[in-house]
Amino acid sequence: MGRFKIKKSDTFIDMTPMSDVMVLLLTFFMLTSTFIKPEPVQVNTPGSVSEIAIPDKNILTVLIEKGGRIFMSMDRKVDMMGTMDLMNEKYSLGLNSSQVSKFSELSAFSLPIGTLAALLQKEEKAEIEKLMSEADKGIPCDSTDNQFKEWVNAAFEANPDFRIAIKADADVPYKDIKQVMTSLQDIHKNRYNLITNLKKVTPIDE
Amino acid sequence: MNVRVDFTPMVDMMMLLITFFMLCTSLSKPKTMEINMPTNKDDIKEEQQNKVKASEAITLIFDKDNKIYYYNGIPEMGSLKETKYDEKGGLRDMLLQRNLAAIQKVKKLRQEFAKQQVAANALAEEKAKADLNRKIEEIRGEKGVPNVIIKGTDEGTYTNLIDCLDEMQICDIGKYVIVPIDDFDKDMIEYYKKNGSKSSDDAQ
Repeated sequence: MGRFKIKKSDTFIDMTPMSDVMVLLLTFFMLTSTFIKPEPVQVNTPGSVSEIAIPDKNILTVLIEKGGRIFMSMDRKVDMMGTMDLMNEKYSLGLNSSQVSKFSELSAFSLPIGTLAALLQKEEKAEIEKLMSEADKGIPCDSTDNQFKEWVNAAFEANPDFRIAIKADADVPYKDIKQVMTSLQDIHKNRYNLITNLKKVTPIDE
Repeated sequence: MNVRVDFTPMVDMMMLLITFFMLCTSLSKPKTMEINMPTNKDDIKEEQQNKVKASEAITLIFDKDNKIYYYNGIPEMGSLKETKYDEKGGLRDMLLQRNLAAIQKVKKLRQEFAKQQVAANALAEEKAKADLNRKIEEIRGEKGVPNVIIKGTDEGTYTNLIDCLDEMQICDIGKYVIVPIDDFDKDMIEYYKKNGSKSSDDAQ
């Protein structure tokens, strides 16, 4: 008499559909997302209903963090170098070309220009960025010593196509914003962008 | 012979890649608001300045603790009123009331645009959209649309400013300007805090 043979079930799971889904997801993420740019300070922009996307070229970003410190960044290294060359000459900082190119590697810059130059001469890039985010001063923008104006002027001299984008934290006192705005007004840069998050509002119904 | 290929390592790798993309990228692109500030060049001639009619002017002053005040027309002691950023019964309602005609026109345009939205190709659609935006801008700048003057005290925040600018967008007000606060405005706020608002004519 023959015995019943217990059939061994196959434990091999087909992973092909899973891998299909994964590839789809991956493609989706790759196409829709943009890389986060490293920023020296965390800035929470307020929400607004405006739906205009910022252009991605020729942007001169003015970051204003919670404490009112001003940072600036540009999207291209060439412009960073051009700007620093002009500032170097103007303030006779005595930076050599390798220090200027070190400056262009920074994701953003702040500090009074004297301090910044001293750091560029001594420290490494990572160290400068760390010190910058910990410092208690940004780019000076008051009426006595308005280096912010000089930076903007130099940046526009290096690249006349720049668009200014102000990216300020939601909790920045208006006093600091006003300083930046009046400085820009003084140098006749009257058109600029304010960077915000998207906020949905219920449409008006009568 | 077994021809099945084991896809598990492939899936593992995909998972890793997806995690990487989810953590290192951001989906939402930041938006922007374009503003034009008035120039402060001194050589502007008298005829180039456009004077604001008192009946069309509204001045908003935002203050600390998310307070916001406004007055119509010419500043006077006691004409200041307090309002809120809330959607109902606040700033929005006040502006809507003042700008009803323009808002309805814009709304009608938008509806018409939505109806005939069967543009053949992307290029035509782009053109139609630009056309719509131009028309909306025209309505926003028409006569009768209030001129809003936005001022802020030093203690106000950036959010307050953005909220005010937002209301301009929502209520279709094309003529607005951000100007620094002057001493009289500060006095008016002080006066308001002591005595409250005196004018009762168009209080809500």
